[in-house]
Amino acid sequence: MMNTSPESAANDTQNLPHHEDLVDERLVCWYFVVALVYMGISFVGGLLMALQLVQWNPEPAELLSPGRWRMIHTNAIAYGFITNCFLGALHWAIPRLTLKTVLDRRLSYFIFFAWQVVVVSTVVGILLGQAQGVEWGETPVWIDPLALVGLALVAVNFLAPILQCKGPLYVSLWYFMAAFIWTFLTYAMGNFLPEYFVSGTSGGAIAGLFIHDLVGLFVTPLAWGLMYYFVPILLQKPIWSHGLSLVGFWGLAFFYPLNGIHHFLYTPIPMFLQYGAIISTIAVEMVVTTVIINFFGTLWGSGRALVTNLPIRWFYTGMVLYFVTCTQCAMQVTLTFQKLIHFTDWVVGHAHLVMFGVFTLWFFGMMTYLFPRLLRQPWYSYRLCEWHYWLSFGGILVMFLDLTFAGLFQGYYWASLQPWDASLDGSYPFWMIRLFAGLTIITGQFCFVVNLWKTWRLSRSPVTQTEAVTATATA
Amino acid sequence: MFENKSGILLIGGLGFFLFSFLSNGLVPILMYRDLPEQTAEEVVNENILYQFEDLSVRYPESFQAAFGEPTLANCAEALRVGRKIYIGEGCWHCHSQFVRPVSNESARWGPVSKTQEYQNELQRPVMFGTRRVGPDLSREGGRRGNDWHAVHFFDPKSVSTGSPMPRYTWFYDGAPDKPTRRGLALITYVQWLGSWLESYPDYEDYVPIETMMENPLD
Repeated sequence: MMNTSPESAANDTQNLPHHEDLVDERLVCWYFVVALVYMGISFVGGLLMALQLVQWNPEPAELLSPGRWRMIHTNAIAYGFITNCFLGALHWAIPRLTLKTVLDRRLSYFIFFAWQVVVVSTVVGILLGQAQGVEWGETPVWIDPLALVGLALVAVNFLAPILQCKGPLYVSLWYFMAAFIWTFLTYAMGNFLPEYFVSGTSGGAIAGLFIHDLVGLFVTPLAWGLMYYFVPILLQKPIWSHGLSLVGFWGLAFFYPLNGIHHFLYTPIPMFLQYGAIISTIAVEMVVTTVIINFFGTLWGSGRALVTNLPIRWFYTGMVLYFVTCTQCAMQVTLTFQKLIHFTDWVVGHAHLVMFGVFTLWFFGMMTYLFPRLLRQPWYSYRLCEWHYWLSFGGILVMFLDLTFAGLFQGYYWASLQPWDASLDGSYPFWMIRLFAGLTIITGQFCFVVNLWKTWRLSRSPVTQTEAVTATATA
Repeated sequence: MFENKSGILLIGGLGFFLFSFLSNGLVPILMYRDLPEQTAEEVVNENILYQFEDLSVRYPESFQAAFGEPTLANCAEALRVGRKIYIGEGCWHCHSQFVRPVSNESARWGPVSKTQEYQNELQRPVMFGTRRVGPDLSREGGRRGNDWHAVHFFDPKSVSTGSPMPRYTWFYDGAPDKPTRRGLALITYVQWLGSWLESYPDYEDYVPIETMMENPLD
């Protein structure tokens, strides 16, 4: 990138800012820890819902209502777990990619606390029955403006170092820059228009855009941006093809925002818009294929890392499941599939596969890589790390397959006009398996949290800490 | 342009987002601009007023305390409150309000949903729904009596064995015949769904199983 003579290059290396001055490690650590707490809260919701379906309802209590906890389940994942993971990882990645600090350290801390207020109020608001009627945007209406200000501050804080960069930008930074703009716009569109201005079918079209943009323009670009950062570092080689990186980014930027209406096929939304959304969705899957090829091209020749390097294994497992999700999406978005699977558990399986099977696995990879560096302490137990991987991966695989088949059965039960109860009876075994798949996932996270706790305890004991410092110094 | 900041921020970030919003968000708004949004008062009809009065007769004390007289204005108020509860309790995550023109849905649920049915205050945000754990509710109004709903919300299993729906006892003062303001409002809201249709109340067609199975996906 820089055409400099060897001497000035050496000078540059000396003048490079130090990691400690760039990255606020404590903040990264805090973000990851609160993210894990919200994940625990979300599991309570998932468990209550799973138990409800197998007819094991708790004694009626307003604050334990599975209906409300179902919304906490999704919102705690989106705004509590995923967003906090992103903010933590970005506080690590962006200063290291730009060699500049974020705009203001005090602002970073303010955002941290403000965002926790947003998430806790969301959970409490939903618990008290104040949810907003927009899927993935159930955040009570009085919190929406605060959340929007928070997102604007996040954008300002992180865009400042990126905009100061001279010369070509890393691919990760393309994704981050665009995502900050998209997230703000998406949140504003989805939380205000369908609530205050647009009713009925047209409101549905906008709600569809919101659901999909939240995944496609907030989670996806930030997550892929982080993959473009972590994978080359861990494999110690550049991304395979710069051209494919360009295709991947611009393909996502153009086609992803046009997908939203595919959530409401066969509604009174104009048919030509439904066709447009279907075609754009299939286009996205083609773009996704180029990205997957690019990353597997990068892995080519280093395949052994999948066995030896746990973060790489998390990342590439997520990528394989991403390809599965997207292939599934290209099929289920067609009118033929929609006839059968709309409103069934197939869709629930798809949502779990992408949110847990892809993005959450990536976050676990990042955490597995970063926690030892943040705590200056290797993992307490590598075996527990392996258990965490296999229970999470096994659990989500079973849950996905189970819900996909459940969806097909439900679709045929309904279309064949059997009594409604027949579809419930038919779903029961699937719901039972799903409950145990969920418990498997929860067990995996339990291993992770125990491991983290033990590692933290070790990092606090003075003897090992000095040893670790010496070890890093000599390494 | 493809790798510099302004290209990414202005074309990718702003431009493509705006393009998608204009094409997918604004176009339906413009196409349906001739269907203005109706208020809750405007969507109160004779059918739902009848059900509302019926509630006032069946549960006079509860009704008096909650809504006073069964007037049109109070009925609209009950619909607004009922819709809020429908959203706040997450009913719409297990019940859709949208009959599709495929998969024999009109045989089970009633007439296929049309745009004008959703152009009102109570469908902002629209309650199409996302999952059918329980039945679609868009033609539920009038299918069952108010007593049935009162008992059903109190303890779904007592009238619908095998239902995984949880009990909503906090809509009552301890017994199914004592619904609170919230209980009455939610029953009113559910009885309103589909009350605007010619075919109200819309009962499920009976089709012999042999006919049903001839072409299950049509």
